[in-house]
Amino acid sequence: MAELTMIEALNKALHEAMEADDRVLVLGEDVGVDGGIFRLTQGLIESFGEERVIDTPLAESAIAGMAIGLAIYGLRPVAEMQFSGFSYLAFNQLEAHAARMRWRSQGRFSAPMVVRMPYGAGVRALEHHSESREAYYAHTPGLKLVVPSGPRNARALLASAIEDPDPVIFFEPKALYRSFREEVPDDPESLALGKARVVREGSDITLIAYGAMLPRTIEAADSLASDGVEAEVIDLMTISPIDDATLEESVRKCGRAIIVHEAPGSFGPAGEIIARLVETSFYHLEAPLRRVTGFDIHVPYFAREQAYLPDADRIVAVARETLDARA
Amino acid sequence: MPRMTIKPNTQVDYLGILDEAGEIDEDRMPELDDEQLTGFYRAMLRARRFDERLLNLQRQGKLGTFAPVKGQEAAQIGSVAALRDSDWVVPSYRETAALLWRGTPMQGLFTLLAGYNEGGQIADTQNDLPQSIPVGTQPLHAMGIAHGIRYRADDAVVVSYFGDGATSQGDFHEAMNFASVFRSPVVFLCQNNQWAISVPRDRQTRSATLAQKALAYDMPGIQVDGNDVFAVYAATCEAVERARDGGGPTLIECVTYRLEVHTTADDPTRYRDEEEVEKWEKREPLLRLRRYLESLDLLDEEKIEALENDIKQEIEEAWKAASADMEQLTDPGVMFDHLFAQEPPRLTEQREALQKWDAAKQRRRDDEETQ
Ligand SMILES: Cc1ncc(C[n+]2csc(CCOP(=O)(O)OP(=O)(O)O)c2C)c(N)n1
Ligand SMILES: [Mg+2]
Repeated sequence: MAELTMIEALNKALHEAMEADDRVLVLGEDVGVDGGIFRLTQGLIESFGEERVIDTPLAESAIAGMAIGLAIYGLRPVAEMQFSGFSYLAFNQLEAHAARMRWRSQGRFSAPMVVRMPYGAGVRALEHHSESREAYYAHTPGLKLVVPSGPRNARALLASAIEDPDPVIFFEPKALYRSFREEVPDDPESLALGKARVVREGSDITLIAYGAMLPRTIEAADSLASDGVEAEVIDLMTISPIDDATLEESVRKCGRAIIVHEAPGSFGPAGEIIARLVETSFYHLEAPLRRVTGFDIHVPYFAREQAYLPDADRIVAVARETLDARA
Repeated sequence: MPRMTIKPNTQVDYLGILDEAGEIDEDRMPELDDEQLTGFYRAMLRARRFDERLLNLQRQGKLGTFAPVKGQEAAQIGSVAALRDSDWVVPSYRETAALLWRGTPMQGLFTLLAGYNEGGQIADTQNDLPQSIPVGTQPLHAMGIAHGIRYRADDAVVVSYFGDGATSQGDFHEAMNFASVFRSPVVFLCQNNQWAISVPRDRQTRSATLAQKALAYDMPGIQVDGNDVFAVYAATCEAVERARDGGGPTLIECVTYRLEVHTTADDPTRYRDEEEVEKWEKREPLLRLRRYLESLDLLDEEKIEALENDIKQEIEEAWKAASADMEQLTDPGVMFDHLFAQEPPRLTEQREALQKWDAAKQRRRDDEETQ
C-alpha cells in the first residue's frame, strides 16, 4: 500500500491497464513526452512507447473521433481532453457517434472507450478551465458518466471504466488532484460503475454529493454532527446511470435530503435526482428536497471562484432549513 | 478518359527584410518614417517589459496563470501596426503586445490576470475582441465580422491571431474556407512559435509550411520571418490592402519562437532543449531592430535608457493603480453581471441568496471574534 494523490492513483490505473491489456491506448494533447499538463500520464510513453501513448495534433474532435474508430476496431482507447471546457469541440463525435454506435449498428459495433477530462473550479485557473458541465454528458443517452472523489476510488473506477463495454466519460475533479493522499492498494482494484457509496451513516438527513464537492459535504456533516445532527453522506461516483436504489434507501430512512454539486443548479444532476426521489419516495419525505449548487453563471475568474462554489457553510445553512421544515 | 497533371497554384513566398545583424533589404523595405521606426521599437520594448513584469508578479503569487509573449513582439507589432483604429483585432490569449498597441490599458490587463472579470472591459472605441482561450475557434468570428463588413460595404478589415497548433483544428479550416468562398476581408495571422505546449511544429502537421494551407482554399498564403518587424509589417500591409480592396482573405505565417514557458503552469525543460532556445535567442526580434535603428542614429544608449525609464514608470504606475483598484473590488456579486442584457428573475434570486449567505458568514465571524 502506498499513499497516493489522485494524480498518482490515476497514473497507476493507466499503467496497470496498459500493462494488462495491449488493446489499451492513450491519446490526447501533451499526454506523451510532456506526461500530461498535470503529469497524470507521466511515464507512460517511457513504459509503453509512442505507438500506444499518442501525442496528437491539437484537435479535440479528431481525438474523440479517432478513439471511436479505434474502439470500433477492437481497441480500448483512453482519450484525454486537456480540460472539460475544451471537450465541446469533441461533443459532436461523442453524442452523434460514440453514444450511438452500438444502437445504430444493432449491436454489430460498439465504442468501448474512456474520455478522461479534468473538470471543476478551485485551482485559480483561466476561463474555460473551471466548469462543471456534467449535465451535457449525463443527458446524452448511451454515455456513462463517472466522477471519482478520492485517489483510491479514482484508480478503481478508471480501471472499471476502461473495461466497460460502452463509452465512459470520466470527469476528474482537478481540485482534488493533489489536495490529499490516500492509501491505494498495490494490487489492482476495481469498483462497479453505477454504484454510489455511503460514506458516512446517519439518520436525520441525507447529503448527496460527488467529485470535489464531497470533502465540503463531509465537512458540513461534521459541523452538523457537532450540533447533534446525524447526516448520512452519499458519494454518487457514477452520475449516469444513477444508483437509484442506494439513494432511495437513504432518503426513505432520513426523510430529508440535500444534493450538492458545483455545476449550475438549473437543469443539473441535482434536479434529476430530486425528480426521481419525488417519483419514488414522495410519501417518505418530511421536507422539501433541496439542492446546493453553483449559480447559473459561468465560473467567474479566480478572484471570485470560491464565492461561486458551494461551501460547507452553505450546505449547513440549507440543511438547517431542511431540518426545520415541517409539513 | 485522361489522367493528367493539373497545376493548381502552389506557390508560397517567404519574406524577410531585416536580418539578425540589423541590416535591411532596401528593395523590400516598407516606407516608414523615423517616428514610426522608433515607435515600433518602443512598442516592442514596452511589450517585453510588461511581459517580464507580469511574469515576476505571477511568480510572487499576485497574478494567475498567463501566456507570455516574449519572442513574438515583432509578429504582433508588425501586424497590428498595419491596421487602422477602426479595423478589428480578434486575438487568442497571447496577444499582449498587439493589445497594448491597440490601447488596451495595462491596468486592465493586470486586473484581468489577477482574476477579476472587470479587467476584461474593452473601451467602446476599441474594435478588439476579448482574449479567446479555446484554441483555433476565434478565426470563425473574424470571418463573420469580416462578412458583416462586406455586407455593410464598410472599409474595415479584420485580423485574426492564432498559433501553429490552432491550424490543426477544424474550426480554423472552416474559417479559411468560408472566408475564401465569401471573399471576406480578413487576414489570418498565424504566429508559428514552433510549439503548441509540448507538441513541436513538425508533429502538428507534415506540411512544409503553415502558409501553404491557404492554397487548398485558393487564398494567398505567405511565410514571413516573424522576428523581423518589417517583413511582418510589409506582408500585413499587403494583405490588409487586398482585403480592403475586395480581394479577399490572406493567410500569413509568421515564423517566430516562444522564448518563454507556454504559460506559467508549464515546464518546457520536459520537452525542449535549452540549445534550441539559445539558437532562437540570437534571432530574437528586439535586438536586430535596435541594431538597425542604431545604424541610423535613431537610437543610442541614452535614448534607450530614456525609453526604458518611461516604460518602467508606466508599468509601475499601472500596477499601483490596479492594486489600489482591486482593493475596492470586494463584491463577489459582480460575477452575475453581464451574463444577459436583462437579468432573469432566477439569477436575481441567486444574487440575493449569495448576499444573504455572505452576511450570515460575516455575522458568525464577528460573533466568534467577540466570544
Ligand atoms: C480547444 C482547446 N484545446 C486545448 C487547449 C489547451 N491549450 C492551450 S494553449 C494550447 C497550445 C496552443 O498552441 P498554439 O496554437 O501553437 O498557440 P501558442 O500557445 O503556441 O501560442 C493548448 C493545447 C485549449 N486552450 N483549447
Ligand atoms: Mg504555438
